[in-house]
Amino acid sequence: MAAFLNQLPIGLSIGAVLLLIALGLTFTFGQMGVINMAHGEFIMAGAYTAYLMGGLLPALPVAFLVAGVMGLILERAAIRHFYGRPLDTLLLTWGVSLVLQQLARDLFGAPNVQVPAPSWLAGGVGILPYNRLFIMGLAVAGVVAVWVYLTRTGLGRRTQAVVQNRQLAATSGIDTGRVDMLTFFIGSGLAGVAGVALTLIGPVGPALGTYYIVDAFLVVVAGGLGQLRGAVLAAVALGLLNSYAEFWSDASLAKVIVFAVIIAFLQVRPQGMFVLRSRVLT
Amino acid sequence: MIKRHLPFATVAVIALVAAPLLLEPFRLGLLAKYLCYAIVALGIGLAWGQGGMLTLGQGVFFGLGGYSMAMYLKLNEAGPGGLPDFMVWSGVEKLPALWAPFASPVFAVGMAVLGPVLLAVLLGTLVFRQRVRGAYFAILTQALAAAMVILLVGQQGLTGGTNGMTNFFELFGQDLADDSTQRGLYLVVASVLGILYLATRQLVHSRYGRLLVAVRDGEDRVRFLGYDPALVKTVTFAASAGMAGLAGALFVPVVGIISPALLGVVPSLELVVAVAVGGRHALAGAVLGAVVMGYAKTAFSEQFADGWLYLQGALFILVMTLAPKGIVGVVGRLRRARTT
Amino acid sequence: MRISRPIVAALLALALAACGSGAEPAASSSEIKVGLLHSLSGTMAISEVTVRDAELLAIEEINKAGGVLGKKLVPVVEDGASDWPTFAEKATKLIRQDKVATVFGGWTSASRKAMLPVFERYKALLWYPVQYEGLESSPYIFYTGATTNQQIIPGLDYLKEQGKKKLFLVGSDYVFPRTANKIIKAYAAANGMEILGEEYTPLGHTEYSTLVNKVVQAKPDAVFNTLNGDSNVAFFKQLKSAGATAEAMPVLSVSIAEEEVTGIGVDNIAGHPVAWNYYQTTETPANEAFVKAYKAKYGANKVTSDPMEAGYNAVYLWAEAVKKAGSTDVAAVKKAAPGIALERPEGLVIIDGENQHMYKTARIGIIQPDGLIKQVWDSGKPIKPDPYLKGYPWAAGLAAGQ
Repeated sequence: MAAFLNQLPIGLSIGAVLLLIALGLTFTFGQMGVINMAHGEFIMAGAYTAYLMGGLLPALPVAFLVAGVMGLILERAAIRHFYGRPLDTLLLTWGVSLVLQQLARDLFGAPNVQVPAPSWLAGGVGILPYNRLFIMGLAVAGVVAVWVYLTRTGLGRRTQAVVQNRQLAATSGIDTGRVDMLTFFIGSGLAGVAGVALTLIGPVGPALGTYYIVDAFLVVVAGGLGQLRGAVLAAVALGLLNSYAEFWSDASLAKVIVFAVIIAFLQVRPQGMFVLRSRVLT
Repeated sequence: MIKRHLPFATVAVIALVAAPLLLEPFRLGLLAKYLCYAIVALGIGLAWGQGGMLTLGQGVFFGLGGYSMAMYLKLNEAGPGGLPDFMVWSGVEKLPALWAPFASPVFAVGMAVLGPVLLAVLLGTLVFRQRVRGAYFAILTQALAAAMVILLVGQQGLTGGTNGMTNFFELFGQDLADDSTQRGLYLVVASVLGILYLATRQLVHSRYGRLLVAVRDGEDRVRFLGYDPALVKTVTFAASAGMAGLAGALFVPVVGIISPALLGVVPSLELVVAVAVGGRHALAGAVLGAVVMGYAKTAFSEQFADGWLYLQGALFILVMTLAPKGIVGVVGRLRRARTT
Repeated sequence: MRISRPIVAALLALALAACGSGAEPAASSSEIKVGLLHSLSGTMAISEVTVRDAELLAIEEINKAGGVLGKKLVPVVEDGASDWPTFAEKATKLIRQDKVATVFGGWTSASRKAMLPVFERYKALLWYPVQYEGLESSPYIFYTGATTNQQIIPGLDYLKEQGKKKLFLVGSDYVFPRTANKIIKAYAAANGMEILGEEYTPLGHTEYSTLVNKVVQAKPDAVFNTLNGDSNVAFFKQLKSAGATAEAMPVLSVSIAEEEVTGIGVDNIAGHPVAWNYYQTTETPANEAFVKAYKAKYGANKVTSDPMEAGYNAVYLWAEAVKKAGSTDVAAVKKAAPGIALERPEGLVIIDGENQHMYKTARIGIIQPDGLIKQVWDSGKPIKPDPYLKGYPWAAGLAAGQ
């Protein structure tokens, strides 16, 4: 029974990890419709930043900048030529992700590296270690920051306008190019932040991004494109589902169950939990 | 008419006559492997290039075909009442019921094609009817590939786990180790590819093919005109799945192994990339891309292994940014530039 | 699209022609070609590159000492790319095109299973350097790593000696862990031990909170860990932060060697036991020389590990068999090999004539805060390899194979 109850906070903490890795995607994929397969490698960049800095807290802002700038370069150099062709960006960014993985292997070596966990994160409350609580806190802070940005700042509102109707926003005088750049910068930067947090619980190596990328996309798909609350709800739901499915069966089956549930769910809500209403004819 | 079929005939002659005569058995085997991939690529060319459905889970169908064939081969070798080798070391004592019908070659080959088709129809009906498309569809098919691998790996007694199935000796009474069997297999693969290519081209040039392109370019408009885009897409998706399944069934005797690593996210994506490199809008581009990329992978990993990822990544970025129509597009542009 | 077709045809022809090239001349009479086939790219490259390096070192040393039968060894290196069909493909190339005398290669069971039919078909030799799940003895493979009775069973003996009665089994979902756990369960049943749980996770899995919860709640005396690769990093990090300690609940691992310790983080794994046949710290004269030579060639910060040592041994054992046979002919080498005994870094190694595995000494070590492994237990003498566990009555039901 204790084990059963423990799965509740565990599910929430899995949800927090999912949310953290998917938060950046709600920007790049959700807002701009770009399927960025290199998102996982931006997470990896964040993790390696933490390795180079040798500390967790100072690495957070730096990782945001590092991954953000990488995203910015990617957007300016390539992706901006691809708006309206989401499937092409998928293949393009997959190429980028291969190059980045090999680059990491050449720069840092193929074996995993170690990022020491700060001593103040040792210990925990009940089943949840402090490092899990830290990740949950970080996820909540990330969501709040993104929410404030999108709804309380001029830039954020312009971003939303571009998402809802690009042409109309452009004709209203919004510099969509700048909005795109900024959105991609923030989305990629958030991936970097996730990478720093993941050093607490997972391996830090060239393959790191590949472990999280599919899950991250599933969260956004289940939540609905461009929907922050959808991503939050989907991450928590999938975290809990994962936790209990694995508790009752095993880790392999849990993954398959999660996938089946998502397919079934998309039968009911094909556009995810929350849909952005639009009258644009496709 | 003759002019139109000349290029195909040339390729066919090279593939069916010149290649078996000129290539040593090891290289011919490699070419047969690339041609198996080319059959999958043809299906991707149809679904993605013509129909706009970017399927990242084609490996799943390839795997279903491959496993069906492998199950038959294993059962055939074990003989009546015998158990396949991997079941013995996985501690399975009785042949699982799922396996029993695969002792029949007709059933196995049938299932290699029908299994993928049925799965594609099921998935297609579910997602296309709900108008799940574009990126959503791509991600769902990718997740399907990931889930499929986990499922296959987890059922070790049934599927051989990560090792998959290997160590096949004979196919329909022919010794698979024999060079002449391998040459025969190559000819079968090449012929199947040729026939499927012609059939697909016929399909694309038919009324149905035009409807498919229309669905790709303006699904809602097609729906307003009274067609059912979901049906068109499901049929196309199922056809491409069937091709992938058949390719898988041919792959197993040619290469001698099937394992979950062959049908996961990465191999599925690599094939899509091959199609993009060759030229997605032309069926010939898809086939060409698969052969070129397959060859490039072998050549580069023989020369310098580490560079392959850089090269593959860079190739991709270049093709997508500079030549979105792939090799076929570049060649076409060059020719036009010369004639005008 | 239509205009491009002749060009497409031309390109196809070109690709075809290119396929045909690349045949190399046979080895000249003063050289012997040997194949090295490991993953140099992909997920397995981390581990396999080090084995290749150790094999190259052995070849270099043998050449420096005058070669084999007066001929120099020339390595032909191929990349298995962490992809099982590629292993089969490259093995075929090495045998048929390069006409190598023997191949040293493989790491995962899957790669070995994929190569096995190739070597049996062409009657060529493979030296496989990694501990594995047993239940195999191909006449064309020499196994220089441990089989189950030289690693897993000694590991269990050690836990039993330590008074650990309740075990929890954790493994990655593939052949080795599943077979290992079957053996462990049979052993436990015969030795009055209790298995509290058996859990598998997909390869590359990184979310271990649920599994850690299951383990912690079950309160085992020890955990037997057959996780592979990066999963170990996530598992040990998350186990540590859940408050588990090596004193209260040691986790015995059979897939973690010196190289992996840094990536997992010494803090997270120090104090936990591992089971192998060799450690960098193993005290033999041959090992002193091996570690020194390896560090001199590849860098002072490099470590040596069990699979590397087994790969290094493989080259020497083959060379010894060739010298004894007076020829590189496969049948002659196979005939000469049984009984060959060499002092290697891990101590005395003898080739078993019956199953072509090695007699090896089992060693249990504890991971130290400096990242190296200190031996705390050994089997005293080389254990006879028994891949089908015929010598263990309690294992009678396991090896239905032969």
